[in-house]
Amino acid sequence: MSDKIKKVSIIVSKGSLDGIYPGLIMGNGARMEGIEANLFFTFFGLYAILKKYMGSIKIATVGNPAMRVPDAKGFPLPTILGALPGMSAFATHMMNKEMEALDIPPIPEFIEMIHDAGGKIYACKATVDMFHLNLADFCPQMDKVLTVGEFYEISAGGQIIFT
Amino acid sequence: MPTKILAGTPVDTDDEGYLVNRSQWNKDVAAALAAEEGITLTDGHWRVLDFIDADFKERSVVPGMRRLNKVGNIPTKDLYALFPDGPIKKAARISGYPKPVSCV
Repeated sequence: MSDKIKKVSIIVSKGSLDGIYPGLIMGNGARMEGIEANLFFTFFGLYAILKKYMGSIKIATVGNPAMRVPDAKGFPLPTILGALPGMSAFATHMMNKEMEALDIPPIPEFIEMIHDAGGKIYACKATVDMFHLNLADFCPQMDKVLTVGEFYEISAGGQIIFT
Repeated sequence: MPTKILAGTPVDTDDEGYLVNRSQWNKDVAAALAAEEGITLTDGHWRVLDFIDADFKERSVVPGMRRLNKVGNIPTKDLYALFPDGPIKKAARISGYPKPVSCV
């Protein structure tokens, strides 16, 4: 087993529910396998670790040609209907119910779980500046704001995954 | 299927060392499995193993992290401290149950 992965750095760059969860599942899954995990949140992905918004992340129902209703094997959701008010909230509600049944935690709880598991939570400096954010905007699990250079230093010797 | 002697008892395991026949499990076998992971079992470990045992008997599946937190009242941090680098896999193996199949 000498070729076992020892360390992963996962970049979360999207702020929709389906943009954030894969990175969290991979990060948590890495820790469960004894793999060192660094999660780096950038651009709209940063919303996953912003105290005020992390609990209300939604699925995009527009611009998602794979979106079907009422479930994954249902009818395709036309973009124009996806744009109706409440559609995104409804789709998010349905998916949250499915995830709850599978014991996949809501985003704030998931971030805490990964942090408690020893995974590191980093925020992208360029985005923090661009969005005019400060440390008080972040959840307490956020370890550090990193420049891209620091991110590469921390990621040295491991795999980097962009989501 | 490998057979090995643990704590003086022959046990059948799969290729990854999980017991295939839980009737061959007892507390001494658990201690021997734990020793393979470099773990000496304490009351804290047994609280986890006992919960997995009770939960598996009820649901026929090894509980995931969130269930251990919410139903077993065992925090994530404690689980990683007790069973470092892969808490649920290690605890499941020491409990004599199969490799966990959940992603979370």
